Amino acid sequence: MAQVSTALEVEVLSKTFPAVAKRSANRVLENIKLAIEPESFVVLTGPSGCGKSTLLNIIAGLDDDFDGEVRFQSLDARRAYIFQSPRLLPWRTIEENILLPLKDDDPRRAKVPAMLERVGLAEAADAYPERVSLGMQRRASLARGFILEPDILLMDEPFVSLDDPTAQDLRKLLIDLYKRRPTTILFVTHDRSEAVMLGTRILRLDGGSATIVQDEVVQLRSQDRSDPGKVRAERARIFADV
Amino acid sequence: MLETLANKRAVWSLGSLIVLLIFWHVAAELLQHRHLPTPVAVFETFLREVRSGDLIYHVWVTLIRVVISFIVAMLIGSAIGLVMGRMETVNRFFDSWLIFFLNLPALVIIVLCYVWFGLNDMAAIIAVAINKIPNVAVTVREGARALSRDLTEMAEIYSFGRTKTLRHVILPQMAPFFAAAARTGLSLIWKIVLVVELFGLSAGVGVRINEAYHLFDVPMILAYAIAFIVVVQLIEMFVLQPIEARVNRWRR
Repeated sequence: MAQVSTALEVEVLSKTFPAVAKRSANRVLENIKLAIEPESFVVLTGPSGCGKSTLLNIIAGLDDDFDGEVRFQSLDARRAYIFQSPRLLPWRTIEENILLPLKDDDPRRAKVPAMLERVGLAEAADAYPERVSLGMQRRASLARGFILEPDILLMDEPFVSLDDPTAQDLRKLLIDLYKRRPTTILFVTHDRSEAVMLGTRILRLDGGSATIVQDEVVQLRSQDRSDPGKVRAERARIFADV
Repeated sequence: MLETLANKRAVWSLGSLIVLLIFWHVAAELLQHRHLPTPVAVFETFLREVRSGDLIYHVWVTLIRVVISFIVAMLIGSAIGLVMGRMETVNRFFDSWLIFFLNLPALVIIVLCYVWFGLNDMAAIIAVAINKIPNVAVTVREGARALSRDLTEMAEIYSFGRTKTLRHVILPQMAPFFAAAARTGLSLIWKIVLVVELFGLSAGVGVRINEAYHLFDVPMILAYAIAFIVVVQLIEMFVLQPIEARVNRWRR
């Protein structure tokens, strides 16, 4: 990792999953070059299984078996990852789950009650994750990511398998958290409306060995993002699909 | 709700025990054999032994041995199981050792320990622990293999560090496996402790049963056996079960 002036620079010349059992080696990503501005909300989209999550795992540092490089603005850039499943510890309460990434003497610990309040979990602070709804678990997962005040926030389809109104509430919550404390977000989704509604920039991945096939700035003012008509029009402009 | 369920279970176990006692009593009365005493005769022997202080002394001595060997076996067995479950190379190398010790007869281990370390408590505890360690290791290894990759990744991303990851991520996932190892451990260990005592020590339930055996004193044998079953049941009810309930309180 070297220092760069953008928030993040990613270069993945190739990423190949080795052959296992009867499946031959599979090159999933190829020739991806990407520079991300600080505090931008970048959405990575593309068909299921095209390698979006793999790219996110590479950026997160969970996967270092690839040919290329990931550079952050500062060497100690704080990263948080909001996963597709909430990945809370079921044997710790919601509040404990949010506190756990913070060290014992971390001043941010004092902010946890306010954060719980903001994400609507003040009442559920002492509940165990499996005893609350998936929507609430996802809120806790958002809170755990944001309490760290990360420099880079990676999100992997954090709102799938929720009913529409719940997903919409969580999107609004995410926008609210992002506005209060802007950070660089890399958000993976295959939901194109969600991409347009949330992102300031959309990257579309596609191909057998996926690469970036489209890089688009979303031309919506923030007040237009809650207008379904305007979101639909912008989606049509970018993806030419509705 | 839960309480009534627990009560119901208590009623069932009590009821079935009473039926067992009745069967025993009827059989003993019918056979009228001096080697099959009635429950009443056993109970009388039990009271006599309690009053003389013998029973409490010998049960206490045995219990201490059981507890120490249990703790030693759980600690060492869990450590071995964790390492073998997490590190494939270590597992591949030591797997055959584990199979060797799993199949080594308890009697052989006991005799060898006495030959090598002398007829003392130390040798007895080592012998019992060696008997139990492979079982604990196998159970705990299964748990360590089944650890969630998702949660490990989460702990890595959120920089939990080693201690926090062990305490909050790994050990809670292992809890059911520790519980299973402890369950089977306690009953296995106390049985082996008796054999160890019978072979080479001068006090304990095993010694007392050996003396009774030489006198063909069946009521004595049964009185001590039942006393110890009761003690192990009490440990189960008042130590193991509350711990288990506590570590499982998050479950739906």
